[in-house]
This record gives sequence, C-alpha cells and structure tokens, in this order.
Amino acid sequence: MSAVEKAAKPKVTIIEAISKAYQDAFAEDPKVITLGEDLADPEGGGIAKITKGLSTSFGDDRVRSTPISEQAIMGAAIGASLAGYKPIAEIMLMNFTTVAMDMIVNHAAKLRFMSGGQTSVPIVVRTMTGLGFGSGGQHCDYLEAWFAHTPGVKVCTPSTPEDAYGLLRAAIDDPDPVIFIENMPTYRTPMSFELPSSGHRVPLGQAAVQREGSDVTIVTYGRMAMLARAAADQAAEAGISVEVIDLRTIAPWDRDTVLASARKTGRVIIVHEAVKQHGAGAEIAAVIGEELFGALKKPVKRLGGAYSAVPYSRPLENAYAPDGDSILAAIKDIAS
Amino acid sequence: MAEKQFVADSAVLRSIYERAALLKANDERARKVILSGQIAMVYYSYRGQEIIPSVMGEVLRDDDTICTIYRGIHDMLGKGFPLNELWAELIGRTTGSCKGKGGPMHLTYPPKGIMVTTGIVGSSAPIANGLAWAAQLDGSDRVSVCTFGDGASNIGAVHEAMNLAAVWKLPTIFVCQNNLFAEHTTFEKMTAGKNIANRAEGYGIPGVRVDGNDPEAMYSAFAEAVARARAGEGPTLLECMTFRFFGHNFGDDDSYIPKEQKAAAMEADPVPALRARLIADRIATEEELAAVEAEIETRIDGAIEHALASPWPEPDDLRFDVFAQEIAA
Ligand SMILES: Cc1ncc(C[n+]2csc(CCOP(=O)(O)OP(=O)(O)O)c2C)c(N)n1
Repeated sequence: MSAVEKAAKPKVTIIEAISKAYQDAFAEDPKVITLGEDLADPEGGGIAKITKGLSTSFGDDRVRSTPISEQAIMGAAIGASLAGYKPIAEIMLMNFTTVAMDMIVNHAAKLRFMSGGQTSVPIVVRTMTGLGFGSGGQHCDYLEAWFAHTPGVKVCTPSTPEDAYGLLRAAIDDPDPVIFIENMPTYRTPMSFELPSSGHRVPLGQAAVQREGSDVTIVTYGRMAMLARAAADQAAEAGISVEVIDLRTIAPWDRDTVLASARKTGRVIIVHEAVKQHGAGAEIAAVIGEELFGALKKPVKRLGGAYSAVPYSRPLENAYAPDGDSILAAIKDIAS
Repeated sequence: MAEKQFVADSAVLRSIYERAALLKANDERARKVILSGQIAMVYYSYRGQEIIPSVMGEVLRDDDTICTIYRGIHDMLGKGFPLNELWAELIGRTTGSCKGKGGPMHLTYPPKGIMVTTGIVGSSAPIANGLAWAAQLDGSDRVSVCTFGDGASNIGAVHEAMNLAAVWKLPTIFVCQNNLFAEHTTFEKMTAGKNIANRAEGYGIPGVRVDGNDPEAMYSAFAEAVARARAGEGPTLLECMTFRFFGHNFGDDDSYIPKEQKAAAMEADPVPALRARLIADRIATEEELAAVEAEIETRIDGAIEHALASPWPEPDDLRFDVFAQEIAA
C-alpha cells in the first residue's frame, strides 16, 4: 500500500471526485462554463451523471446541453475562451473527439503560438473511454498519443479520486488547452481515498510515485496504474520491489521523476491501454534510452494494446490490452 | 414523376408485414435473452421503427447498398441480413458475419449490400455518397441508402454529404429516422426549425417528411426517391417520423420519455396495426399470419442455437484483417 492509500480512508469513486471538482469550480469562478451532449439536468445530467444538478444550481447559461455537433461544441468552447471564459467541453467518448479534431489540433493547440501570444485557449476537453464494455472498435480507443504529439495541448488522466479532483481543478485553472481523459469502466470503483477539499490541486506535469520500490520501475497511467499497483503488491510477495509511477500528465510528462526512478532500478516497464505501437510509451522509452544508456540493467519493456481496432468478441477484448497477469509476468521477467 | 405510380398493393403490404414481423420478433428476442442473462451485448432497440426498413427492404434490390448505424439491426434485417450470421456476430463467434470482430455496432454483410454500420453519429452519410458515386461510375442504376437519426441531422458530415450528393446528382437516399429522441435529448429542443426535411431545400433536392409508421405513405415516398435515384435524377432526403419504444440502449433508464407520449406511441404500434389491417382487408387470414410468425420464431431459435454452438475467436485472430496481409506474430 502506498502512503496515500495506507490510512483507513473512506471509499470514494473517481466519478464523485470529478463531480465535486465541477461543483467547486463553478461555485468559485463565474467564468467557468460547460457544454456538451445531454449534460444539463433536463437531459439527465450527462450519460455518467457527472454534471447532474449543475445546471439547476448554476443555471442553463453556464451549463449547456448541445446538439450532437462536436465541431460546434469545440468551436464554441474555443471562442468563449478567447473572450475570457473557462469552458469545459465534454466530448462524450474519446472516439468522438475525432469529429472535432480540426478545432482541437489546428485551433485550440495553436492559436496562442500563431498569434504570438496575443490570444490563448484555456479550455478543458473532458472525455471518457476505455475497453471492457464489449462496445467494439469505435467507442473505447485511447488516443492520448495523438494529442501528446500536438504541441500546445496538455494531456492528463487520473487513476485515483484525489488525482481526478486535483488534476481537473488544475486543468481548469491552466491557461492552455488540456485534454482530460477518464476511464469509464473504473468510474465507480470505490477506492480508499478522501474527497479532497477545494484547495487541492495536482500540478500538471507532475507524476506520482504511488508505490516505492527498488528493483523495477513501472511507468503508467489511468486504469493501467490501478492494475500496476495491484501487480506491485503481488510482486512484493514474490520478493520483487516495484516502484509504480503514475504519470498523471502524459504531455508534458515528468521526465525527472521517471529518470530518477529508472536510474535507481535500472529496469523499466511502461504500460498503457493504448496501442503499443507508436504509443506514448515509445517516447518515454526513447528518452530513457537517450538519457540512461549504460545505466539500465535490462532493455526497457513496453506493454500496450494490440495492433488492431478494439475487437468486439469477449475473448478478443480480454486479450487486447495488458492485464494484471501480463504486468506481473513482465515484472518477473525483467527482474530475473 | 407522378406520385400515383408508387402504390403499395395488397401483395406489397403483406410482404412489408412479413418483414416487419421478423424485425419485431428479433428485437423482442434480443431484449429477452439480454434480460434473462443468457447473452450479454450492447443493444440499441429499434422497437417501434420497423415499418421504415421493411418498406426499404421491399423496394431495394440486393445490389443496392445501405450504410446504417448502431441502431440498425432493423435496417439490416429488412435488407436481408441472414439470421445465423447476425446472431453469431451478436454473440461474438467466429461464424458471425464479421468473425466476432465487429459486434452489434458494426454488422456488415456485403452480399446483401449491407456495407457499413457505424457507431459514430452522422458518419453513414458521407460514405453512402461514395457507394453512390461508384454506381454512377459503373453505369449501374443501383442506389445507395444511408440511414441516420434525428440527432445526426445536426452533424456537419451529414450536411456536407447532402451538398455533395446534390452537386454530383448522386443516387443517394438520405433516410432520417426521426424517432424524436437522441439519447436523452428531444428533437424539438435541439433541432432548429423543428423539421429536417426542410433542410433539403437549401441543397435544392427534394425533402419529404413522411409518416414512417404508415406503410403506404412510407412506400410511396421511398419508392419515388429510389425511382428518381435510379433514373439519374439525384438524391432525396426523407424524414421518416417514428418513435422508439424503449430507452437509447438496453439498460437505459427511459424515464425521460414522457409516459403519455410513450403510451400513445405503443398504443399505435405500427406492426400490429398493419397486421390488423391485413386481416380486416382480407389480404391475409389470422391463421396465415400466425404461421408466418411461428416460422419466424423457429428461425430465430435456430439462429441462436447455431450461434451458441459456434466457436469463439482466438486471441491470435487479432493479427488478421487489420490489413490484407496478416500482422507478424
Ligand atoms: C459523433 C458522435 N457523437 C456522439 C455519439 C454518442 N451518441 C450515440 S447515439 C447518440 C444519439 C443519436 O441520436 P439520433 O441521431 O437521433 O439516433 P437514434 O439513436 O435516436 O436512432 C449519441 C449522442 C456518437 N456515437 N457519435
């Protein structure tokens, strides 16, 4: 157990933390606004009910349901941000960001630079994804590497309720566009954490060492960090001491924390649910190679999604991404 | 073209009913096996919308193509998707039409012209244009149908597609199934103008709002659109008014649908209404229709049995179908 989880803390869920972050941000800053499909109360408060109650409390000027029009949603968020507002644009599922890609990649990411700093786009794009529901090829992709490859947008994703709160609040405060990715299948997993107070922030770009260890470093994020924590506990029983680093922010990522740990253990495994090939792990592995060549005891290992669309059939979906067993096997292999 | 040309005669009405009975029975069975826990899958019920695809199936040929959406099993069955390949795909088995890789939201069956099923709202429309263009290039009079919901009419892609189809005079038929809801959002609230057919005017193409639950009205509107397309006169936008009886997807709490609205729609259930009409007009007897329905149940039983007896795919199958060439292990 890590320091953060040790004490017997109340069980809370990531979804509760995100809802509270909305409540607090809306209460504290009248410039915070939100828009997206079905998110106001007459439409049920969002498919995951995260914004339930928000439009009733803060009014339907600030909390707007939209037509199914992702480009229009993203454009409106960008425009309002240019005029001093702090919009949170909800794109229901990460695959639907593809419909708004021009707005995000050509505009949100670049307006500050192209205007020589005269304009800025302090928006948050909140979006959900993750396999596990048998929804097949168009509803659960992890596309973080696309955004991480786009200078001008920050990308983050939490794996604990505290981080969900702290990262979302930091993303709202941030002067630049942030893609905030949530893993849907673990939304309602109760975890032993406290719901943070309204001052809590997790600075963007700062990783968390969630388990300390000396033999193996795992660099990961999102649902895979949850699996890695459990695998680290199992590995400890087998006498292997694993350090688990949750990046939390994928772009810009915390090189110092990762390199310090890699230098200490000399054995690094990078795990993400996204397709392994050309994934965020490739960048991390390359930097470790550039900086620590010679200090490594084993080649860096990467675990990631298979090179295919997410398949529908249960046994295929189960085999598609890393799981606790494959992470544990990788730990044992690299430690041997 | 005189509208009178496109009248559903008794034989057509009866055939439309037989298709609708299959669609209705298949939806009822799908919900039943999910509810009982026998089969787990994501499922978007189309119950209440059966007449639209039953008419389309009646008018279209096998070589005509269709691009449909996640809520599209009715469209596919109307177009002739075989039950065995359908159910095996729903259950994720290798004998499914997509070898278990696509699943309920991506069912595909080219032998019957069922070319694309998308889970992305609005994306059926632009692709249908390419199929229509190919028909034009081939010198064929086949047509290309895309279906989408009322919510999808607010996606840019649908508008780009209608404009392109108009400019190129493509044989594309845009079939909007307006079931009055997009997830939890009402049509009235999020669709400016409160009329989708009218939008065709902006593109200079015919736009027709039709009662999609009325087999005769639906038949004459759709058959006319198809005839126009086959004759090289270009695209048509049809807004087919209908209603979905259940929530957005299976398990959705549908309490946002006003009770009276739902009750009235179910009261006017178009499938039993057509059945009653066939009997009242002596187009078919009670016994004949009961026999048709019994046979449908038997066919569905057989398809589910076949599916459950079929093998699951193996993880190694992920290396195939990404490209024409397999991915190295
Ligand atoms: C681009 C995109 N945005 C959002 C969604 C999520 N979504 C799936 S179905 C749906 C509602 C669509 O409503 P409508 O077009 O009316 O079709 P219906 O489901 O009523 O048949 C939404 C918002 C999606 N699949 N794709």
